Parts: sequence; structure tokens; C-alpha cells
Amino acid sequence: MIQKIITSREMILATAIVILVCCIAYVFPGFIAPANLADAFNDTSPLIILALGQMIVILTRCIDLSVAANLALTGMIVAMINTQFPTLPVPILIVIAILAGTVMGAINGLLTWKLDIPPIVVTLGTMTIYRGLIFLLSEGQWINAHEMSDSFKAFPRHEILHLPVLSWIAIGVTLLFIVMVSRTPLGRSFYAVGGNPGAAVYAGIDVGRTQFMAFTLCGALAGLTGYLWVARYAVAYVDIAGGFELDVVAACVIGGISIAGGIGTVIGTVLGAIFLGVIKNALPVVGISPFAQLAISGAAIIIAVAFNAKSSRQKGRLILKPQELKG
Amino acid sequence: MKLLRKLLVATAVAAVMTTPAQAESKRIALVVKALGIGFFEAAAKGGEEAASEIGDVELIYTGPTDTTAEGQIEVINSLIAQKVDAIAVSANDQDALVPALKKAMQRGIKVISWDSGVAKDGRMLHLNPSSNPLIGNMIVKLAADHLPDGGDVAVLSASATATNQNIWIEEMNKVKDQYNGINVVATVYGDDLADKSYREAEGLMKSHPELKAIIAPTSVGIVAAAQAVSDAGKAGEINVTGLGLPSEMAGHIESGASKSFAIWNPIDLGYSAVMLANSLIEGAEAGPGAEIEMGRMGALTLDDNNEGAMADPFVYDASNINDFKDIF
Repeated sequence: MIQKIITSREMILATAIVILVCCIAYVFPGFIAPANLADAFNDTSPLIILALGQMIVILTRCIDLSVAANLALTGMIVAMINTQFPTLPVPILIVIAILAGTVMGAINGLLTWKLDIPPIVVTLGTMTIYRGLIFLLSEGQWINAHEMSDSFKAFPRHEILHLPVLSWIAIGVTLLFIVMVSRTPLGRSFYAVGGNPGAAVYAGIDVGRTQFMAFTLCGALAGLTGYLWVARYAVAYVDIAGGFELDVVAACVIGGISIAGGIGTVIGTVLGAIFLGVIKNALPVVGISPFAQLAISGAAIIIAVAFNAKSSRQKGRLILKPQELKG
Repeated sequence: MKLLRKLLVATAVAAVMTTPAQAESKRIALVVKALGIGFFEAAAKGGEEAASEIGDVELIYTGPTDTTAEGQIEVINSLIAQKVDAIAVSANDQDALVPALKKAMQRGIKVISWDSGVAKDGRMLHLNPSSNPLIGNMIVKLAADHLPDGGDVAVLSASATATNQNIWIEEMNKVKDQYNGINVVATVYGDDLADKSYREAEGLMKSHPELKAIIAPTSVGIVAAAQAVSDAGKAGEINVTGLGLPSEMAGHIESGASKSFAIWNPIDLGYSAVMLANSLIEGAEAGPGAEIEMGRMGALTLDDNNEGAMADPFVYDASNINDFKDIF
């Protein structure tokens, strides 16, 4: 039992993060000051939220490349509403953001489910559609800090017990996901659908519907993050979070989510996101050339996937000979 | 074959017939990178100002809907078909537009590029909003103006491969010693992404506790750095400056995170471009060393590449930001 915990992916990843933090602290001691670690966690919060959404999509053997575009479009929508109706309370804007994100996620889900289009194609398409819509909505204009209301910008920054609300939301979503994934029929069906879609059908699980639910949930989280992102950086324009979908997928992969579906944990995903977040936050203070930064982030992903491939290969055992060999 | 000849004759006749109509007013086309960008809308305003000052000029403000060279080539081809007198273009691609613009020049259309240039073969002259040495000097001067006793400053750029930014920083480093006590401690890269720029600015504040100013010669970087400084509670302590747009920086000037910043004035730029195009139509010759009139902006002196610089970047601060924030 103990050995199982020690050799688990999550434990290895957690150790890697601790070693990484120690190395950074050696070069820049200020990094491990609690305030700086809290900053780094807060900065990683959007990545954690998005990675959890992406996790359930990948679990069902799909992928959602439109998360960053969804985030940007939702962010633009709520920012525009805020500039038009500055008195509208923030909770209503958050509900609007989640709804907008949910709709965009559901569109991905429906296209995958009802039209049977491969998810990578669907989301590649919707990714550009959503980005295009931002341009149409905003006519290429930026929404800037002075146009947003103060309460709009203040919400994610508001501190409770020395942590900003943004961090608390990431923690809350993580806890919800732990319960959902391990304790609810829907959560279990994500694993069933990804692990063995054929068997899932025999167990009475609708594969397409489960994938639809995964996309919808992922969209809802992207929508929520859209508001948080725009409020935090106090700017909304067409290209916000450009290329962020790749960071999100990378966080999942580093966290041990199998791209082939069915394997992965919430804690792993969160650790994967934190691992990337630590690298992103540490590189500026350590003073490495920007080209080396790219190489380091890339190397971390490949090492993680190599690890993944190695550990999952040990698990595989050939119980039955493939059919064609028998005859 | 007969039909083709008939058609050709008919077109020629039509062309001859329309020519006198054009002689009444000169038509100058201002082609921008894409429609709907505040900067270019402001440039169009300047162009209108020049057109009404000259009197007999009709300004055609046009451009593609997205920033592609293909879109601009289509626009240019249709302008050639309309037989405009001059085209002033801010190019999406230095080389891709050359064939279309050469065709325009062969038809007697005067072609200039402004803001973002076209290769030498594709235009008669290029109007730079400012020159690289002027910009390099301006960005360090902006920081130094508020640091009479000197201090640590850092540069937050776009990507490490961004040509413009690298040249400006290089020019800045050449002249920084003229400013008393200004010590450039680091140059970091935010890749023109709001989140990465924000993080780099946070990193600068952490690794250089004595930092007095952040110079960001990029409009995404300056906004993100100003937000990071505000969030760290250091507005007023660390001055964020560089190149930005008034509409995007208004809030940060108000909060005190940025005391001043600069950008070329797009109204002046559009005005000058139209004035230059008009001068060429009136018979001015573009060549190395030539001085070409551009109305209230004076005259443009061309270098060996037939390029010239309009003026110093224009400085915006609390005193004038409100006049400009709704324009661009």
C-alpha cells in the first residue's frame, strides 16, 4: 500500500515540484517566501480551472482546443456588458459568463455527439469561429481598464484569509471535481467511456451523451475563467489567452492524463498545472534567456509524457490473445 | 476575336470618357492594415483634415477586414481599376504587395507607404512615423524625466525576435548614458501576451526590489505591466512607461501606475501621408536627399532608401490623456 502511494504518478510529480522549487530557491531565495508562492498559485489558478475541464474531456477520448477561444469570447462578452451596464452586479455577470461558456461547450459536444465529427476537428473549427466572433463583436477594439467598473475588476483580487478569490475558486473547483469524479455516476462514466467505450455501452452508458456532458462542463469552466481572466488583467481584446489551449493540454498530459482516455486523476491534473505554473513564474525571476524558457517548458512536457508512456506500459498485460492470432 | 477587339475598344472609349471627370478632383486612397483598428481610424481623420486643407482631394479610406497581405492586394487591384491618383498604404507584408503596387506605378499612380513600409521597389517613398533613434531616445527619456537622481529601470519587450522592439532597445542602449544615473538592470520578454507580460513584470519587481521604472515599448506590455504594478500596490513608486495607446492607458495614467508614455500621433501620420501623396501628384520628385512638403508637419527629408521620419513620438500624460483617449 505504502509502496503504491510512493510510486504513484502524483507522488512523483509532487516530488518533482518540490525539487524544482528548491532549485529555484537556490538561485532566487525570495521565491519561497509565502507571499510569492501564493502569487504563483494565484497566477496558476486559471490554468488549474481550465485543466480540470480539459481533463474530463480527455478522459472521454476527446480533446477541446477551443477552451482559450471560449475564454476570450466569454471575457469579451462580460466586459462589453459591464461597460454598457456598469451597475449590473458581478454575481450576475459571473452567471452570464458560465452560461455563455456552457453554450459554447455544448456546441462542441453536440457536433461531436450528433454529427460524429472527430473532436479535434470540431474544436479546431469552433476555436477559430469563437475568435472570429470576438472580432465581430468588438470590431477589433480593446476594452480597457478605465472602461470596466471597479467592482468588476476587484472581485478576483478580493482577499479572503490572505488568498485572492481567484485562488479560492480554483481550490473550490478542485474539491468539487474530486467529489464529482469519484462519487457521482457522471464522474465514473467519464472513465468508463474513455477506458473502454464498447464495454461502457454494455453497461448502459451513452458514450456520445457522456462526451457531450464533458464538453459542456469544460465550456462552463472556460466561461467562468473568461470573466476571471479579463477582470484580473483588466483588458479584453481578440487575442487574449492566445495559444493558452496548448498550456491547458500540456498541464493535463504532465499530470498523467492519458491522451488515449480513461486514465488520470484530479490531483494529477492540478499538480500538472502547478508544475507548469511554477516554471512559468520562476523563469522570469531566475533570469534565463527567453529562448531557453521555451525549450525548458517543452522539455518538461516531453519528459512527463515519456514517464507516462513508461509507467502505463508496465500496467498493460496481455490476458487474451488477439482474435486473429487464434485461428 | 472580333468580339474581344470590340470589347477592348469599348473599354478604351469608356476609359477616355471617364478621364475628364477625374481631372476635377484628385483621388487619394489611404489603405490601412485592417479596418476597425482605432489607430487607423484616427489616421483617417488626419487624412480627411489634409484633404479638406488641400481642397480638391477626395480621400478614399479603405483596407481589408483582417490584417492579411492577400486582402490588401485585392483592395489595391480594385483601386488600380478605379484609376485613383495616389495610393498611400500601411502594408501587412513588406514584399507581398510589391507586384500589385508596381503595377499601380506603371499606370501612373503615385504610391507611398506609411507606418508599416513596403520594399523599396514597390513605392516611391516611405513615411516612418518616427525614426528608430528618436524612439529609442524617447523611451529612456520618458523614464529619466521622472527620475532626476537616476535609478534602476528595466525593459519589458514583446517577443525576443520582434524586429521593431529590438532595434528600439538597441538605440535606447546607445543613448542611455546621457541620462544621469539611469541603470538598465534587465530586459525581459512578454511575447505581447497580456498574461506573460504581467508575470514578467511581477518577476521584475521581485528580482529587482530597487526598481524605479519599467519601460515597455509595446502596447500589450505597457498595459499589462501597469496592471501588475497597480496590483502589487506600487503605483506611484514604480513608473511604467514606453509606447502605448491613450485609450488603453487612460486608466493607468489615472491610477498613477504610469506617469507618461509616448506614441506617434496617428492623426498627424494620416495627415502627412495624404499631404505627401498630394505633393507627388503635384509633381514633386521622390529621390535620395529630396525634401517633400507635408503641410503643417513641415517637410520630409528622404534618405538613401527614399525613407523619411515624421517627428518625435508624441508624449501623453495626465494633462492631455482625456483629449485623446476617445480618439485612438
